[in-house]
Amino acid sequence: MTAAPLPPQPVLRLSGISKSFPGVRALSDVQLDLYAGQVTALIGENGAGKSTIVKVLTGIYQPDAGRIEVDGAQVQFPTADAAARAGVTAIHQETVLFDELTVAENIFLGHAPRTRLGLIDWVAMEAQARALLDRIGADLDPRLTLRELGIASKHLVAIARALSIDARVVIMDEPTAALSHKEIHELYELVERLKAEGKAILFISHKFDEIFRIADRYTVFRDGAFIGAGAMADVTEGQLVQMMVGRSVDQIFPKRAHNIGAPVLTVAGYSHPTEFEDINFTLHRGEILGFYGLVGAGRSEVMQALFGITKPSKGACRIGDGVAVIRSTAEAIAQGIVYVPEDRGKQGAVKGLPIFQNVTLPSLSRTSRGGFLRMAEEFKLARDYTRRLDLRAASLDQDVGLLSGGNQQKVVIAKWLATKPRVIILDEPTKGIDIGSKAAVHDFMAELAAEGLAVIMVSSEIPEILGMSDRVIVMREGRIAAELTGSDMTPERLVRAAAGIAEAA
Amino acid sequence: MNRLLKSREVLLALAILALLAVIATRFPAFIAPGNLTNVFNDTAPLIILALGQMIVILTKCIDLSVAATLALCGMVAAMLDGAGVPLALILPAALVLGAALGAVNGLLVWKVDIPPIVVTLGTMTIYRGIIFLISDGRWINAHQMTAGFKDLPRTEVLGLHVMSWIALAVIGGAYVLLNRTALGRSFFAVGGNPHAAVYTGIDVGRMQAVAFVLSGALAGLTGYLWVARYAVAYVDVAGGFELDVVAACVIGGVAIAGGAGSVAGAVLGALFLGVIKNALPVVGISPFWQLAISGSAIIIAVAFNARQGRARGRIILKSAEHRA
Repeated sequence: MTAAPLPPQPVLRLSGISKSFPGVRALSDVQLDLYAGQVTALIGENGAGKSTIVKVLTGIYQPDAGRIEVDGAQVQFPTADAAARAGVTAIHQETVLFDELTVAENIFLGHAPRTRLGLIDWVAMEAQARALLDRIGADLDPRLTLRELGIASKHLVAIARALSIDARVVIMDEPTAALSHKEIHELYELVERLKAEGKAILFISHKFDEIFRIADRYTVFRDGAFIGAGAMADVTEGQLVQMMVGRSVDQIFPKRAHNIGAPVLTVAGYSHPTEFEDINFTLHRGEILGFYGLVGAGRSEVMQALFGITKPSKGACRIGDGVAVIRSTAEAIAQGIVYVPEDRGKQGAVKGLPIFQNVTLPSLSRTSRGGFLRMAEEFKLARDYTRRLDLRAASLDQDVGLLSGGNQQKVVIAKWLATKPRVIILDEPTKGIDIGSKAAVHDFMAELAAEGLAVIMVSSEIPEILGMSDRVIVMREGRIAAELTGSDMTPERLVRAAAGIAEAA
Repeated sequence: MNRLLKSREVLLALAILALLAVIATRFPAFIAPGNLTNVFNDTAPLIILALGQMIVILTKCIDLSVAATLALCGMVAAMLDGAGVPLALILPAALVLGAALGAVNGLLVWKVDIPPIVVTLGTMTIYRGIIFLISDGRWINAHQMTAGFKDLPRTEVLGLHVMSWIALAVIGGAYVLLNRTALGRSFFAVGGNPHAAVYTGIDVGRMQAVAFVLSGALAGLTGYLWVARYAVAYVDVAGGFELDVVAACVIGGVAIAGGAGSVAGAVLGALFLGVIKNALPVVGISPFWQLAISGSAIIIAVAFNARQGRARGRIILKSAEHRA
């Protein structure tokens, strides 16, 4: 792919953009240029600031500092509508459209052609919709409701909508994540068409093959900072990976003695019809096993199957000595497996119940006799585990909903530890919490492993994965792409395995 | 003291006492012990049904078929009595039939995944239809019932009717179930956070089905009591009563979104409605006002609950966390 000669002036230029949220600096002095008729790939790890910049571009977030220029003139996007009127439109991973409306209505919602009476001119709207769909080579009936369409067709509708408002900048946020090979190919053709029409395209993707296939230029972000930009023709995969993962500051992780004991959990040939295939691994006492992969690689799905929430179609697992078939969550807990889910707000604490009742919820069989609860036992269990986690609360009778986020999380962890598990699965244990709490969670994980628990940590953060794990399994598209130990555990190898890039020659 | 005043149950109890005081200023006879006993006797069915309904609502469901279940079980009980079946068998039969009808609701919600309001709206009509089919639309009147069948609910034991003693037993049972058993705890967990409940090994659908079975069984029991007490069984027995039952729960502070409520609240909610229903004729107010008054009570109770929920807000300050 040869890069087109650089037009003199970008259609859209962001410079010096910074954006902070309480406790997090999401973007720090970043820049981004988009040129007419060119595809710019935005590359970065999870948490690099890609979604934040998209939200700044589409008027959802206001930057704390920095300039946005359209055709060299400074502009502001105080609302999503202002961004749309300036010609910036985004096509999201999960397209934001209305399932119950027709294709034509979705394309023209908010700017439908009107009759003289001010009513919607259906004839004109359908004709114009058909013309737009033809322009992008989409063979869709504008009268179909969106619910009847597949995800790829929905993307086409979103793109037609972008054209209908005469967008000049089209942002595609991982558009191929949910598409089949054929659909991806059609999307590439469409991107070429949009380029030919002179649109400036921002293309966000984790897949290096497609970046090299369709992008003209690249911009790399890391940890909310601008790392570099240039023409795709001047860069290699290796250089991009290096830019993505190179670390300026190393976080401090707890020092751990690597005391790996006997196998606790052996998973053999776990498969699911749609989510994952042929998962094999062995977990040992005192081990922290990291699971790395891109979002949607199937890591959480495997964990949910291990925990009995979904059922694998094939495969078995061995816990301790016996072969176990885990058919329900209750069985998993009885076998000593617990899962601390990613969304602790939604899946963790039961607000409305007091602290002690939250802690004992999965352990009720131990704190009751013949179905009747023994309050003294409950309080004792709750006291033991919340004290260990240094929970700050007025009393154990207090409603969990009244605690701060960090303390709620302690209640959730206490709840799981109180079941005396052999295997604890932590899904993104430090996502969305501040640096101080992260360190506390890391120390705590090290402590658990030192006590002989087997820990599985699912994480998308490379420093955390490398800093905490004894061993890392990398998943890609529902399969195990690599298992890395010792000196093989490098950022480059993780990213290569997760993105499906062959090892550097 | 402050905390006590904030409790919904205490406020509701005070409201009932205030209501009684106002009535007493004009009709002192209303608060005579004998009359209050009558009010309680009269409210007993509502209390029993409200406790069953509360368990269902705790799990984020609603049972609109309670009154129809009651009527069907009552009709079957009356027909069994007519066929010469002894009372000792009729009572368990009504209970089991009610539980089975509840199980139909529960299974449709659990296994077929139909929203509870739709399921019970459907079964409500179906159960009434079944009464028509088995009775040919005919009434079973007092003279067709045996004396033993009719007398049991009204038999006085230590100054209270047997029906009231049964209501007291159900109150006690519900209290133990909800506060002292693993099953009861699970109901709260399912309604409070279904996602979290799944992750703690609780089967949400199964708990909801169990709640429907309990509600159905209590409705079945009440079916016998109702038909025997009023000595008549027909298709429209307790027509529309399901709304009173839900109203008692709502007034008693049972959160319609599930996960919150107390036995005391549901009982007081039922008593509140019972006092209004019994007092209005005495005071000489048209029964139509009764509907308006209980309707207003529902709205006030819900507004009050919403206000309490809102006032809580987020606690960000560390100092506030300890105060809470």
